Amino acid sequence: MAMQFYASPEQIMRDRSELARKGIARGRSAVVLSYSGGVLFVAENLSSALHKVSEIYDRIGFAAVGRYNEFENLRRAGVRMADLNGLSYDRRDVTGRALANAFAQTLGAIFTEQSKPFEVEICVAEVGATAADDELYRLTYDGSVNDEPGRMAMGGQAEAITGVLKSNHRPDMSLGEAVQVAVQALSTVGGEGGAARTIAANQLEVAVLDRQRVGRTFRRITGAALTALLDGESAPPTSDRPDTPSVPTGEAGKPTSSAGSADLEDRPGQPDS
Amino acid sequence: MFTNAGTSSFTTFLSRVAPEMLPGRRPLPPGMAADLAPHATTIVAIAAAEGVVLAGDRRATMGNLIAQRDIEKVHPADAYSLVGIAGTAGIGIELMRLFQVELEHYEKIEGAMLSLDGKANRLASMIRGNLGAAMQGLAVVPLFAGFDLAAADPARAGRIFSFDVTGGPYEETGYDAIGSGSLFAKSALKKRYRVGLTVEDATRLAVEALYDAADDDTATGGPDLTRRIYPVVMTATAEGTYRLTDAETATIAEGVVAGRMENPGG
Repeated sequence: MAMQFYASPEQIMRDRSELARKGIARGRSAVVLSYSGGVLFVAENLSSALHKVSEIYDRIGFAAVGRYNEFENLRRAGVRMADLNGLSYDRRDVTGRALANAFAQTLGAIFTEQSKPFEVEICVAEVGATAADDELYRLTYDGSVNDEPGRMAMGGQAEAITGVLKSNHRPDMSLGEAVQVAVQALSTVGGEGGAARTIAANQLEVAVLDRQRVGRTFRRITGAALTALLDGESAPPTSDRPDTPSVPTGEAGKPTSSAGSADLEDRPGQPDS
Repeated sequence: MFTNAGTSSFTTFLSRVAPEMLPGRRPLPPGMAADLAPHATTIVAIAAAEGVVLAGDRRATMGNLIAQRDIEKVHPADAYSLVGIAGTAGIGIELMRLFQVELEHYEKIEGAMLSLDGKANRLASMIRGNLGAAMQGLAVVPLFAGFDLAAADPARAGRIFSFDVTGGPYEETGYDAIGSGSLFAKSALKKRYRVGLTVEDATRLAVEALYDAADDDTATGGPDLTRRIYPVVMTATAEGTYRLTDAETATIAEGVVAGRMENPGG
C-alpha cells in the first residue's frame, strides 16, 4: 500500500502562496491611481486585444495582472454579478465594495480548496464624486482585500513601483500628469542594470473612469490621444478606440446615454436629458 | 454560478441562474388577461439621411381609461440604437430593461458591440419567449431602430426593424409605426415621407404622424399643451443616441399644433 507523506497545512499554504507569487511576479505590472478627473488604469500589455483593464459597470473598473485565463474568468464573473444586481435592484446599487467582497470570497475558496491557486492580482476601482471618494481595492491570490489610498501597483516588482508612485502621486493631478507619473513608475523597473526603460505607447493599455461622465464612465485611451498624453501635451483626448463604440465622442451637452441609466442622467449640473 | 465559462448572453445566463427573472418563464393562470394592465400605444420610426428617428406618444390606456399621461415608451437600447414598446406596459418595460442589459453585457464581456442585425435578432428571440403570455392578451411588440456602424452606404445607416408576437425581425424601408394608432401614423407617413430627409425634418414628421394618430385613435395621446407633456423623440446617428430635450420637443409640437390650427388635416 502506498504511504502518503504528511504535509502540514502551513506547508501546503506556503507552497501555494509561493506558486502564486512566482506566477504573478513573472508578468508585467499595472498601476491604478486616482486623479482630479477620475481613476486612471495603466497596464503594460503587449497585446491590444487581450485586455488587462476593463469595464465592469457604470463607475467600476477592473485591472489585473497574472495569468490571463484566470483573471478573465473572474472579470466575466464580475460583469455577470454586476449586471444581475443592477437589473434586480437599480444601477446605483452596484458597488465596488460588493464586487471586491465577491472576488475575495471566490479567490479565498479557490486558494484553500483547489490544488492550484489563481496566479492573479486584481484591482477593483470605483470612481466617486471627488478624488477622496474614489475606492481602490487590491485583491490577492489568497482572497485578502486591501483598501488602497488613491494609488496602487500590481505585478512583478510592485513594491519598487509603489515607492515611485508614492513620492510622485497627488490626487489633484491632471490626466496628462497622472499618465506620466504612472508610466514613469512602471518604467523604473526591469531596465538593464537597474536603469529606467522606455515603454512605447503601443505597449501600454490605458483607460480611465471619467468622473464627469454620467452613466457608463469607462473609456479607453489609445492611438494619437495616448501619444499626446505621453508627450506631455495637456490636450484632452479626442479620439476613442474604435472598438469601443459604447462611448461616442458626444458633443458637449449631449447626454451620452448609457442604456438603462436615465435615472442617473438628471443630476444637478448636468445638461437636460 | 458566475464563474462558469458560459455564455456572452445575459438572457442565457439568467435562464440558468434566475429563470424567474425572464418575463416568458412565469406560469400564467388560464384565461384572458388583456384588461389587467395598462397598454402602451403608438410609436413611429423614420429613417433619415444621417440616422434614424424614433418617437412615441405619452399615453397608456386601460380599457376606456387613461392609465398614465406621461409614460415613456422610447428608450435608448445602447449607444447607437433605440427601442420603443407598444403593448402591455409592465412586460414591455421589463423586456426593454432586459434588452438594454443584454446589449451592454455582451459588449462588456466580448469587448465589442453586437452588429445591428445581431441586436434585432436578440430582441426577436426575447419577444418570442413571451408568446405564451401574448396568447393570453399580454402581448408586447417593440419597434427597434438604430445607426448601423457597419453600413457600406452612410445614407442607409439608419435602419428600422419591426416584430410581431412570434418574433421577427422584419426590416422596414423608410418608416414604420406600431401600436393602436399605427394605422393612422403610417397613412400620414406614406404621404409625407421622402427618401433622404434630414434628421431635423424627420423629427418634425414624426411628431406630425403622432398627431395624426392621436387625431383618430383614442388610445394615442396628442401633444398636451396645458400640462406641457410632449412626445418623446430620440435620434440615433453616427454621434450616438440623443433624446430631444423637453424644450426642443415643445418647439416642434407647438409648431405642429399651430399648423393644424390653420389646416386640421395637416
